[in-house]
Amino acid sequence: MKAKIVITPKKAVLDPQGKTVQNALAYLGYQGVSAVHVGKYLEVELTGTDAAAARQALDEACHRFLSNPVIEDYRLEIVE
Amino acid sequence: MHFAVLQFPASNCDQDAVHAVRVLGHTAACVWHKETSLGGADAVIVPGGFSYGDYLRTGAIARFSPVMQAVQTFAAAGGLVIGICNGFQILCEAGLLPGALIRNRSLQFRCEYVFLKTATTNSPFTHRIPPDQWLRLPIAHGEGCYFADEATLASLRAHDQILWQYCSAGGEITDGANPNGSLLNIAGVCNEARNVAGLMPHPERACEPILGSDDGRLVFASMIAALENRRPAAAA
Repeated sequence: MKAKIVITPKKAVLDPQGKTVQNALAYLGYQGVSAVHVGKYLEVELTGTDAAAARQALDEACHRFLSNPVIEDYRLEIVE
Repeated sequence: MHFAVLQFPASNCDQDAVHAVRVLGHTAACVWHKETSLGGADAVIVPGGFSYGDYLRTGAIARFSPVMQAVQTFAAAGGLVIGICNGFQILCEAGLLPGALIRNRSLQFRCEYVFLKTATTNSPFTHRIPPDQWLRLPIAHGEGCYFADEATLASLRAHDQILWQYCSAGGEITDGANPNGSLLNIAGVCNEARNVAGLMPHPERACEPILGSDDGRLVFASMIAALENRRPAAAA
């Protein structure tokens, strides 16, 4: 079992990396890009089998430590 | 007065902070991040650097160090705590200060002198700073762009918690004088109780004329004077 966690900057937060990547895509000729948001992806390997308990624990960890709620949002997924 | 200067793996302004306090005629000692006591210090400096390699987010791992529990208790009891650069990032992550520091608008590490306008002298960190004197201090950071949501910014203004703002050599708060994209040109803030402060510029690197500026002395001199004013009251 593992957890897949995607952390992205909140929409209201200035994201200069995303903006720069967007500009570079346009420069390379990729059309139709309205915004790019650069975040992080974490894969957490788990030893247990209780998905609900793992979700609860990691949800707390995401809120407390893995993301900063002032500037970031996260998505958490538990997979087999 | 005695200052505790915290030391995390990859702190790199700790010795500068100790030296600055000694230049002002007071004592300071480093306190390793695994310590659980601040050694009876009168004030705490959380110094600059790249604690834990800035892994995950700046300050995110350092804030859970054992010594930070002691800092939380010290701050809750009204003790003076100042975070400089990475120290500011750590205090924000720890929830001791509002907001967060994100990547500079330019995506570049900025290492240069800036001018700071002291937005309020109503704090233990600024009360000795002449309001009409702009501080000239060095910055050295890649993630110093101050961010807080609208409600937090409104609260900071309402409670007079913005201590320093980046300004031009003429004291004007302009976008051109903003080295990192900080909202409202914010360079430093304090908490609502006014005993915890953080700033991105480095006052500890500017306490002697030979270093190019001694304006940083005013920040530490403010803290020392505030502590000296407190002491008789505490003894009484």
